[in-house]
Amino acid sequence: MCPSMRAVLSRRTVLDRLLGAWAAGVVGSILYPVARYLVPPDVPEAATATVSGGSAASLAPNSGRIVPFGSAPVLLVRTPAGELRAFSATCTHLDCTVQYRPDLEHVWCACHNGHYDLEGRNIAGPPPRPLTPFDINLNGDEIVISRRA
Amino acid sequence: MSARLRAWVEARVPMQALIDAMRHKTVPLHRYSLWYYFGGMTLFLFGIQVGTGALLLLYYRPSASEAYESVQFIMARVPFGWLVRSIHAWAANLMVGCALLHLVSVVFLQAYRPPREITWVSGVLLLTLTLAFGFSGYLLPWNELAFFATRVGTDLAEAVPAAGDFIVRFMRGGDDVTGATLTRMFGVHVAILPAITTVLVALHLLLVQAHGMSLPPSIERMAREQGRRVRSIPFLPHFVLRDLFAWTIVLALLAALSAFYPWQLGTKADPFAPAPAGIRPEWYFLWMFESLKYMPATIAGISGELVALIGFVLCGILVLLLPFLVGHREHARRRVRWVAMFVIAFVAVMTMIALRIPGEGQP
Repeated sequence: MCPSMRAVLSRRTVLDRLLGAWAAGVVGSILYPVARYLVPPDVPEAATATVSGGSAASLAPNSGRIVPFGSAPVLLVRTPAGELRAFSATCTHLDCTVQYRPDLEHVWCACHNGHYDLEGRNIAGPPPRPLTPFDINLNGDEIVISRRA
Repeated sequence: MSARLRAWVEARVPMQALIDAMRHKTVPLHRYSLWYYFGGMTLFLFGIQVGTGALLLLYYRPSASEAYESVQFIMARVPFGWLVRSIHAWAANLMVGCALLHLVSVVFLQAYRPPREITWVSGVLLLTLTLAFGFSGYLLPWNELAFFATRVGTDLAEAVPAAGDFIVRFMRGGDDVTGATLTRMFGVHVAILPAITTVLVALHLLLVQAHGMSLPPSIERMAREQGRRVRSIPFLPHFVLRDLFAWTIVLALLAALSAFYPWQLGTKADPFAPAPAGIRPEWYFLWMFESLKYMPATIAGISGELVALIGFVLCGILVLLLPFLVGHREHARRRVRWVAMFVIAFVAVMTMIALRIPGEGQP
């Protein structure tokens, strides 16, 4: 190969590399903002400490109701014995919302037949952990549910 | 890529015939070749709109109570959200500009002459769709300016005899511009128009590939007189690389505009607030908006608005059917250029008047 030929080839190589670097720069400067854009920003949520669970008299023994606690549901239960309990209503198995079953007299998750007793302990089915308990106080007739410290 | 891998791919995805065809295809090279790039630039901008539009959909909420706030969220909270929205808004304007330049160049280079009539018709329809994209997208941030522009824009149709009320209701999704209009414009903007546009773009490109680039008659004549062929370059890779270069310029322009002049959001629309001064449509509708101001209330017993509307519709039909009206007649094509120059001058003057007098009220 004559020297002039070599010079032409090397110039082409240099230009190819420059073109490649330029293309990588363009692609990178598009992909980086897009990747950052796709990740949702943190939206700070006002931390809920207590919510009202409604009137205590309206909750009959052996029944339950769901109360919104911030953006999460809480299950408020009055046991057949008349005691008030509150648990996170989010099943520890796969995030379904649980319900109180008066016929079974305990908490049940319809999605995969998970069972929790009146203490929130997982007693049957796939749930791996007990439900998180919440504190209950009475302000006259009003039930006040608060996150357990 | 190793030869074996290439053979494996080719056996399963046979593309070599297409690549060979592209290598054989040539693009003429002459002093008007620059105008060949505007169609490709419009297509590139359409691609950008599809991409950034899809990104905006991830955070945008199409309801009167949430639209403005969601756009605010995109611009203020989402990383690079301001950039994505600005690029979407700026690219929309550049796309209309490129499409208009593309159309004007086709008129002056007489590229619409047979057998490219259908290419022209599909192109004019695509331009109409582009304008419809602009009109429907304008309302989506639910800001004051867009709200009133949409009210005026949809109200124009009321001048149509008999069917006017129905058309207005149809466009607004109700009697007034409300959240129902927003939902309607949103559906049109992100589903209906993109679907139709995709089909038409495919047809347009197929026809462009089938017919090849049109040669301006003057270049054809010169080559004939000098007894030589017009110079040309291979489509692949020469023309494709030049196309990529043009696209890079567009991208750089877009990035600069979006970074230095981020698109503003304005104030949230309030249906019960009086229209603020300075309400006007996007620049490409300004000439119509300005012409309407000069229409008298009635002309020979017909409402001025109706006369203007008929004028606009007739112009549109003439443009759409241009190649069929001109046919093979060369002198007619030359006359079309004079008419085109007059129309461009009229539109330019009207647009400039509208830009010079900001906030002079609305028709």
